[in-house]
Amino acid sequence: MSAVAFEHVTLQLGGRAVLSDVSFEIQAGEFIGVLGPNGAGKTTLMRAILGLLAPGAGRIKVFGQAPECGNPAIGYLPQLRTVLPDLRIRGRDVIAGSLNGECWGLALTSRRDRLMVEETLEAVGARELANRPLAEMSGGERQRLLLAQALIGSPKLLLLDEPLISLDARRQEIAIDVVRRFCRERKITVLFSAHELNQLLGTLDRVLYLGNGHAVLGAVEEVVTAPILSKLFGTEIQVLRADGHIFVMSRGLDVERTDHLHDHGHDHGHHHHH
Amino acid sequence: MIMATIITTDMFAYDFMINAFAAAGIAAVVSGIVGYFLVMRGQTFAGHALSHIGFAGATGAGLVGLAPLWGLIAFTLAAGVIMGALSERISNRDVAIGVVLALALGFGLLFLHYHTSFATQATALLFGNVLAVDHAMITTLALLGAITLAALAFVMRPLVFSSLQPELAEAKGVPLRAVSVTFLAIVALAVSVCAQIVGVLLVFTLMVGPPAAAQRVTTGLWSGLFVSAGLAIGEAWLGLTTAFYTDWPVSFCIACLSALAYFVCIALPKRTRPAQAAPAS
Repeated sequence: MSAVAFEHVTLQLGGRAVLSDVSFEIQAGEFIGVLGPNGAGKTTLMRAILGLLAPGAGRIKVFGQAPECGNPAIGYLPQLRTVLPDLRIRGRDVIAGSLNGECWGLALTSRRDRLMVEETLEAVGARELANRPLAEMSGGERQRLLLAQALIGSPKLLLLDEPLISLDARRQEIAIDVVRRFCRERKITVLFSAHELNQLLGTLDRVLYLGNGHAVLGAVEEVVTAPILSKLFGTEIQVLRADGHIFVMSRGLDVERTDHLHDHGHDHGHHHHH
Repeated sequence: MIMATIITTDMFAYDFMINAFAAAGIAAVVSGIVGYFLVMRGQTFAGHALSHIGFAGATGAGLVGLAPLWGLIAFTLAAGVIMGALSERISNRDVAIGVVLALALGFGLLFLHYHTSFATQATALLFGNVLAVDHAMITTLALLGAITLAALAFVMRPLVFSSLQPELAEAKGVPLRAVSVTFLAIVALAVSVCAQIVGVLLVFTLMVGPPAAAQRVTTGLWSGLFVSAGLAIGEAWLGLTTAFYTDWPVSFCIACLSALAYFVCIALPKRTRPAQAAPAS
């Protein structure tokens, strides 16, 4: 059984089709890198899998069933993470508040839940960190804590929306390593969205590249090629391989490192015919 | 020592002081606990607005011959539910809230204008009159307080989750809108209880001062709640005692103590562990 399957799915956001007629199938236990320019629909895709956005057309299946809100089999790290500046509640209590947070009643945590929290914090090396309030952590520390939270309760599918944002290169590697170790051991399917492909190269099984309303799933060598990316970005793309790294270039600029180019590519797409 | 004992005995020799201690205690616990979540959610201004809207309700109730408390409850509840329902659009927008609260105070003035005999009670509404509380009022306050805290206990889990991590809470199926509406209805009840003690203009002294101070001394969720409720009770009772000795208005004394506790807690060194040293690589 596939973990996530899209069958001719169209996803709309405010009347605009973010993805149109997209089909792919992700196998259980796969580590999928979700890539694509800004606004390509990485977050929208994850929200659809979570059941927060119904497809305008087509069918989505998560472990063989229609997506449902609050599915306990899915761990999720949202990209937009609101942290009120005045909030001085320690990380450990913030995480504990997310356990069974959808049930009614007093926010008491059972001994079992506390143990589970401690185990996961230990696994990502964040036990000490969890004593501090979220508002006083650096972006990287906060990320590490929320990553731990997404891993609590042994989900079968993990949706990580840009978990590397605001981490320095070394912390990025640590974060990827934590997710890889944790998920390989437990055979958890991972959708890991990112801006840069290279750090994920050694880890991911396949890549899901989004752009221009399309999505292509496949091995890196098949997908990250000039013809396919040119279509997804809607502009002329070159792919250079050097020293085990892959550089996706548009007119001599690295598209993964230059954000404004994404917008340019997007605008360009409207006049481009394929 | 002997003098102090005699004077303390004196204070409780008066029925109105005993009543005041009971009423202030109830209001302080409710305010300290509900206020903790108000501060956590960054919605203190919405709480302030609710109390002003309650002023219009209380004077309006006087106009139609009802007890001010019921007008206060009706208006704050209605306003709380509406603000919660409009959640993202209104309840966190300072300008919209500011306009509505000014309008509500304006209406309060209009109702007073047509009900001049009520004007003497206006000061009590605005600044509280805890020394005039009778047994019937204490029973009513206890009942309202119990309903408020029971409702809060019922929604506490999703409330904490959706306040701390709204995006994730939504993904886990927490009905954010429903939680927000319920919470502001709870705040409305708490404001109504609190306003009986310190008045609509000074509800911040018990609903925001103690929880804000508590968050400076502890970072735990439950410890924060207990410290907040404890501070609120302490400030209310100490305020009453001070007022008894000095003949200053009770609400003034509570307001001073609330501000004092907050600034002292801010001045205290933060009670969190120092930044973790980077692990050797």
